[in-house]
Amino acid sequence: MMAPEAPARTPSAKPAQLAEPVLEIRGLCVDYGYGADAVSAVVDCDLVLRRGEVMGLAGESGSGKSTLAMAAIRLLRSPGVITAGEVLFHSRPFSEEGPRGTIDMLAANDSVLRTVRWSEISVVLQSALNALNPVITIGAQFDDLLRVHRPSFSNRDRWNRSAELLDMVGMTADRLRSYPHELSGGMCQRAMIAMALALEPQVILLDEPTTALDVVTQREILEELMGLRDQLGFAALFITHDLSLLVELADEIAVMYAGRVMERAPAASLFHAPRLPYTYGLLNCFPPMHGPRRPMEGIPGSPPDLRVLPTGCAFHPRCRWAMERCRQERPVLRPLGGPNREVACWLHAGDATIPRELAHPEPPAAAGRPAATGPARAARARR
Amino acid sequence: MTAGAATTRTETPLAAAGLQPPPSVLRSRGLRVPRSPKVIAGLAILAVFVVIAVIGPVIAPYSPNETGIYCRTACSGARAAAAWLQTIVVHPAEQVCNAAGTVCFNSPAVLAFLPKPPSGAHWLGTTVFAQDVWSQLLVSTRATLLVGFIAGAIATALSVLVGVTAGYLGGNADEGLSLLSNVFLAIPGLPLLIVLASYVPSAGANVIVIALIVAVTGWAYGARVLRAQTLSLRNRDFVEAARVSGEGRMRIIVVEVLPNLLPIVASTFLFTTLYAVGAYVALAFLGLAGAPNASPAGLWNWGEMLQQAYPQNAVASGWWWWWLPPGFCIALLGMGLALLNFGIDEFVNPRLRAAGLSRRSARRAGISLRPRLGITPVMHRRATGGRHSATAAVATDAVGSEGAAP
Repeated sequence: MMAPEAPARTPSAKPAQLAEPVLEIRGLCVDYGYGADAVSAVVDCDLVLRRGEVMGLAGESGSGKSTLAMAAIRLLRSPGVITAGEVLFHSRPFSEEGPRGTIDMLAANDSVLRTVRWSEISVVLQSALNALNPVITIGAQFDDLLRVHRPSFSNRDRWNRSAELLDMVGMTADRLRSYPHELSGGMCQRAMIAMALALEPQVILLDEPTTALDVVTQREILEELMGLRDQLGFAALFITHDLSLLVELADEIAVMYAGRVMERAPAASLFHAPRLPYTYGLLNCFPPMHGPRRPMEGIPGSPPDLRVLPTGCAFHPRCRWAMERCRQERPVLRPLGGPNREVACWLHAGDATIPRELAHPEPPAAAGRPAATGPARAARARR
Repeated sequence: MTAGAATTRTETPLAAAGLQPPPSVLRSRGLRVPRSPKVIAGLAILAVFVVIAVIGPVIAPYSPNETGIYCRTACSGARAAAAWLQTIVVHPAEQVCNAAGTVCFNSPAVLAFLPKPPSGAHWLGTTVFAQDVWSQLLVSTRATLLVGFIAGAIATALSVLVGVTAGYLGGNADEGLSLLSNVFLAIPGLPLLIVLASYVPSAGANVIVIALIVAVTGWAYGARVLRAQTLSLRNRDFVEAARVSGEGRMRIIVVEVLPNLLPIVASTFLFTTLYAVGAYVALAFLGLAGAPNASPAGLWNWGEMLQQAYPQNAVASGWWWWWLPPGFCIALLGMGLALLNFGIDEFVNPRLRAAGLSRRSARRAGISLRPRLGITPVMHRRATGGRHSATAAVATDAVGSEGAAP
């Protein structure tokens, strides 16, 4: 596949400057419904996905994670409407064909979107069993994809490429003759990932790809995926509600609440030193494997009704450190001390006393990721 | 709602107050009044016809059977004699009748040909039998609609019974019932109708009898559709769960499966009604639904009007006021039912309701292109400037006060 061009790089050797952006989302607003009935599902979101990096998007159900990702490639179904913002895709395709230069996704017409979707930005959906056509074999579905996007391939080429793709995700080539119902959930998801990689995309949107799988399969697939990321060099936007999962595989994490990005930080910083009470709550939903026993706290209450958002900070009714200011003014995302991180919380603005839980020191930069997962992150293509 | 929420966000200080949905949000959960112009048009058309069906015979200015209506005032006993006046009539303005009222003539013998085109006295003109077309139309609506709706209801009930039973039970019951509906599908409907109608004595005199005959030929298609949908539904997890929780077969069918079939049942009803109207009109046009002057008297319906017009060469002679109104009414009723069917689709499928946004309202909402599957529309910032500038103002306020704080 992709010949590794950059020398092998250990996790500790984090580059001084950030990689160039591949998908830029600026001030994106998404409504469901029109006019008076509209509900704002995503409000004023900024995200920058950098080449070859994994951006994690976390939050509870209904916080707008999937809506944000699907809106970025304009795959939202009616009545979804993008009401403001811009999405720029800086295309530098790995293959010869494919569009080059910056593409404004929100201004793109059908044909442009058609050239970009799947071949440059592909999607792995949550339920692979539903995403695969139940009456066609896996092989025929690969074949369809390659027939359209790689017209120069012969029958044999397509078959070989399909087999190679399945091999990449740890499946044997004879599975090409199987129907989706003959595969387990994990295998379907692998096949789905293989299909998403078939055209060497620059960006993959992973919309809760492992939520329906058991933890062991989940771990296998994610390691596979991260290995492939190192090998192929695509960037990934990984959507999940499982923050502990993200901490392991993402370079950067954005936490969403009620349609807004509330905290954005490098994975390790976010994990070791959360600054947002909501992030702190999410991280505290999972018991630590070692250390002293502590009562689990979690987050009281439930996500807000997007039609009737609380005043001020949307999280304040559930926040144990809520102040008078939180009830009245909505905090905006603002940069915070520390590397490349932002938070929208009044606790970190002005003269408020920051609670001990939210004032952990930044982890040393050398730590990089909390734990290297899977194969060494060698040869991440940085072209 | 967004504008309202924006103001609440800044003005209401208490979270508890902010968490209560405003009345506008709660109200939207109630029964939705159809807003789509298609549905409103369909409802309006149907309402007009139903009203005519109810009060038509009362407000009809003449009896539909009454011939020689020109002599009504002067020669009340002239009906028998007027039978020969099929092609000519005396101008009513200056008519002179004899003492017995049996013969009427103009003083200067001016003869006018029948039928007469629409006029103030006869809104839709007259037939060659000197009958008032407007009155016939008003009276005919009742039987046409009654047969349509009754036959539609019977056929829908039959198709639910056969289709859902076959789909849910499966096995031999399915084989048998499917065979039955396939047979009825394969038999051409109209010949069967003709055979049935001509063998049932005086079928045309009774709305129920004719509706039953029409229903027997019209239920099979709905049964096939319902069977297919039931087959898919009975393997869904919620039906499985109901079975596991010990619900009886009858209860599962009625409470779990049937409500999910309701949209199909409703559209089946509308289309069978449409079919029944067509079939009844066809029967009457062929003269198989009993003539109004036969014994027992058949019912006046739109097909009967066409049946009388056709042999008199109404089309070729250019007497459009005779054959056009019933034909137009049939088409209009069909259109109304079809439009209503769109409404049912939109009612049960909220996605469609939003997607059914008209081009005009989309432009008003500032959406550049119509919502399509796979291409999310993008609103122009200009069109929503008011709203977003409001949001932006809140944000700048926040930044401003934050800047002032330290």
